[in-house]
Amino acid sequence: MPPAGYSPNYELEFESAVQEIDRQIDALDSKDDSARFEAEIQSLRSTRNDLLRKIYGDLSPWQTVRVARHPLRPHSDDYIRMMCRDYCELHGDRHFGDDPAITCGFGRIGSRKVMLIGHCKGHETADKIRCHFGCAHPEGYRKALLKMKLAEKYRLPIVTLIDTPGAYPGVGSEQRGQAEAIARNLMEMSRLRTPVVCVVIGEGGSGGALGIGVGDRVAMLEHAWYSVISPEGCAAILWKEANEETNTIAARALNLTAKDNLKHGLVDAIIPEPEGGAHRNPEAAAAQLQSWILDQLAELSRLQPETLVRQRFEKFRSIGPVVSMEMPAPAET
Amino acid sequence: MAKQTWEQADIAAKKAVPEGLWVQCLKCGATVFGKTLEASLDVCPKCDHHHRVTARVRIRQLVDPESFEQFNADLTASDPLGFVDVKTYRSRIEAARLKSGENDGCLTGVGFVKGRKVVLAAMDFTFLGGSMGSVVGEKLARATEHAIDHDLPLVIVSCSGGARMQESGYSLMQMAKTSAVLGRFDDAGGLFISVLADPTTGGVTASFAMLGDVILAEPRALIGFAGPRVIRNTIRQDLPSGFQTSEFVKNSGFVDRIVHRRDLRSEIGRIIDYAGK
Ligand SMILES: [Zn+2]
Repeated sequence: MPPAGYSPNYELEFESAVQEIDRQIDALDSKDDSARFEAEIQSLRSTRNDLLRKIYGDLSPWQTVRVARHPLRPHSDDYIRMMCRDYCELHGDRHFGDDPAITCGFGRIGSRKVMLIGHCKGHETADKIRCHFGCAHPEGYRKALLKMKLAEKYRLPIVTLIDTPGAYPGVGSEQRGQAEAIARNLMEMSRLRTPVVCVVIGEGGSGGALGIGVGDRVAMLEHAWYSVISPEGCAAILWKEANEETNTIAARALNLTAKDNLKHGLVDAIIPEPEGGAHRNPEAAAAQLQSWILDQLAELSRLQPETLVRQRFEKFRSIGPVVSMEMPAPAET
Repeated sequence: MAKQTWEQADIAAKKAVPEGLWVQCLKCGATVFGKTLEASLDVCPKCDHHHRVTARVRIRQLVDPESFEQFNADLTASDPLGFVDVKTYRSRIEAARLKSGENDGCLTGVGFVKGRKVVLAAMDFTFLGGSMGSVVGEKLARATEHAIDHDLPLVIVSCSGGARMQESGYSLMQMAKTSAVLGRFDDAGGLFISVLADPTTGGVTASFAMLGDVILAEPRALIGFAGPRVIRNTIRQDLPSGFQTSEFVKNSGFVDRIVHRRDLRSEIGRIIDYAGK
């Protein structure tokens, strides 16, 4: 769902110092005699890069969420365009319609033929509205499952790119069984007899993210987030109000960053982003993504389908620490 | 470790309706003698409102007397994230344990329903809203595995607000875990009867609860993925009347039957018979 405060205002105040230096560099660069300022520009660039490295090396969890939502951050369709030479999109769930919030299709990554599945957020306003800001409807999840089954039939590996604030909360989506669609995907993905590789490229919002996220290998881009609920949703429930302060605390409490998720064994890897985030250098981010995906596919392609399914099952089966304790004392009645 | 018997713990468990008292129906406000309400399985004799019941009461209402044997009663949450909101998760768990007399939000075990042996699980709304964290996920997974290993039908009565926020990603992954184990149960030809009670929402609906081979719902229960408030805030329109009730969900095609609580035992029994389990 688009969380409260999901506004197009993406001025990231924590990097305003960088933007200030950028403006100074631009000002010097645009002078007719800019060559005279070469040394000064070099020095500014070096200061700026140090600063950027420092800021992005130590983003708070809430800052990470804001970076993950940056409007210039590459989306699934951008990565697909940058990674695949010959994307062949496949539309529709054959039952209700074609949800633009999830794209599916054949594609080649390097020399490997794959089935790509990815959340789409849209770029221009009309496009964003059409895609419901990356919040898929049941027909989106059903389309994804249909195409994943197709991939299984032809022994093609599946690559999913996760980027959603959550599954769409609306009347139609409830009527058409949002919960059933996600549940079905979780069960069916867990037993697909073909390699499944998933990457959270931006937002990993709850069941809407997991609905295409049950894979043999699951990674997060360095500045992506992945959690059971958005920080705003969590703050609104537990702190009774979502604001800058409670969002910041909730984001930290939820352990939603790539580092946190890796530490807790909820994802398998972190894919590094270019300095200052994927939005500053989409091609470099795509190259990193592609290289990680190809490494995984090379390893997974050597495994028998039975082994894949068993290992994938065990991976998810083993998550969830519990402790033993005596039954609580009888309650007063 | 000292273990309480089912009966001792049953006495300890918070009863939905105190005995020997007059209680008010939460729906119509009618005053009903506690014993009467208990005899009608916590369904109001005046307006037919199905009151929420604890997991322990639910199981007592479903199984043949003295036939239930609980699994993993000792499992409780480990607070893997050291979660703190306005209270610590630890203190929330402790308060819920004392209030409910249970170690977490669901009970699992094996028992007989009208003479048929089943693996049975019931969620407990009094324990942090019946939310699913690692313990609920683990107990349901183990119960399902028991059903696979012993070729028994599985009945899960859902009553939950969804995934438990305080375990964040761990809770989210319980959705995948329970669904994956049900995939194995399905591969093994098992029969899973999913019973939806008020409320069944969020990550519970979007995982095991919607994966029943047969899905039954109690009348007028709230069943959905997103909560009504979230939907209203998103679409900024009033919701249709009866939206997300059992009847609405059945008419949308996602529930097989709506079953009155007094008929639940016999309905479960005959479905097991039809499936030949
Ligand atoms: Zn009543």
